[in-house]
Amino acid sequence: MALIRKKKSKETPPVSTASLPDIVFMLLFFFMVTTTMREVTLLVRLKKPKATEMQKLDRKDLTTYIYMGAPKNPELYGSEPRIQLDDQLGSIGDIQSFVILKREEINEAERPKFTVSIKADIDVKMGLISDLKQELRKAQALKISYSTNPAASPEELYKTY
Amino acid sequence: MGRKKRSTPEINAGSMADIAFLLLIFFLVTTTMDVDKGLMVKLAPWTDEPPPEDNKIKEKNIFVVLVNSNDQLLVEDDYLSIDQLREAAKDFIDNNGDGSCPECNGIRSLASSDNPQKAIISLQNDRGTSYQMFVKVRNEILGAYSELRNDLSERKYGKAFITLNDEDRSEIVSVYPQFISEAEPVSIGK
Repeated sequence: MALIRKKKSKETPPVSTASLPDIVFMLLFFFMVTTTMREVTLLVRLKKPKATEMQKLDRKDLTTYIYMGAPKNPELYGSEPRIQLDDQLGSIGDIQSFVILKREEINEAERPKFTVSIKADIDVKMGLISDLKQELRKAQALKISYSTNPAASPEELYKTY
Repeated sequence: MGRKKRSTPEINAGSMADIAFLLLIFFLVTTTMDVDKGLMVKLAPWTDEPPPEDNKIKEKNIFVVLVNSNDQLLVEDDYLSIDQLREAAKDFIDNNGDGSCPECNGIRSLASSDNPQKAIISLQNDRGTSYQMFVKVRNEILGAYSELRNDLSERKYGKAFITLNDEDRSEIVSVYPQFISEAEPVSIGK
């Protein structure tokens, strides 16, 4: 009896896993809080161009997104590149009122920082983008950002596909 | 003994971790920490009247970059490929024709820009130019400016431009200010 007791005391006690759920829950809450579910469903095909000289858009609440590309559903919307404003396809004429409405939503002190992020597909022609730029100028939304994906090096951009 | 049996047994919390893991993995997979990045541009305010005819900018202070509908470049009347554009733009900005920029390393050619404060890059594209090409050209021009700023920062302070404090940074920006004009597209031929 005494011999057995001695053996037991030498063994290392097992690591307690009772706090494991707590740790996992902590991680879970972190990811739940930081997760941003995609707020709009893309109706257009979007492959962003690559660039190296970009700047971060840090205030999401001050940014309005305008998507451009060929519709995903060509039977319904045709194959020509279109503009998507929030959840529906719009035309050039809708842009001014859309941008002004979006700008009204943010408080007055921060309105000068209002930025429009243009997320356009690489195959969109500049004609459409220029029309968009003219409309933004008319709406006094002068801060814009051409949304891009990062490229590893400038040399990567020189290749022609 | 009989009483004890009737009471509900304790719920086993051993599988709690598994459930939490499952949720954790779901959120790990769906999380997109996408920080939107892009090329920042400031547009000119809208005016109804046409630009004045007699603008006082000298021809040599404008670096004209034309992109046609086949995505070909014409820079200052020369055909260039996209990988040559950055160097050409740097040479133009850094030229220092009138010698008023002590920080510049340019060759002081009389045919190119007077100084970086006067140098303007004019980017013109066709309505048929692809967005991809436009972003590439825009990126190269911005790259030319950031390389010049970085070089000056290394020479003056011995560290990279992005690591400078606001004061030093604005000093460098005042040596190399950015003047990029995006003209309204015209049809400049196929």
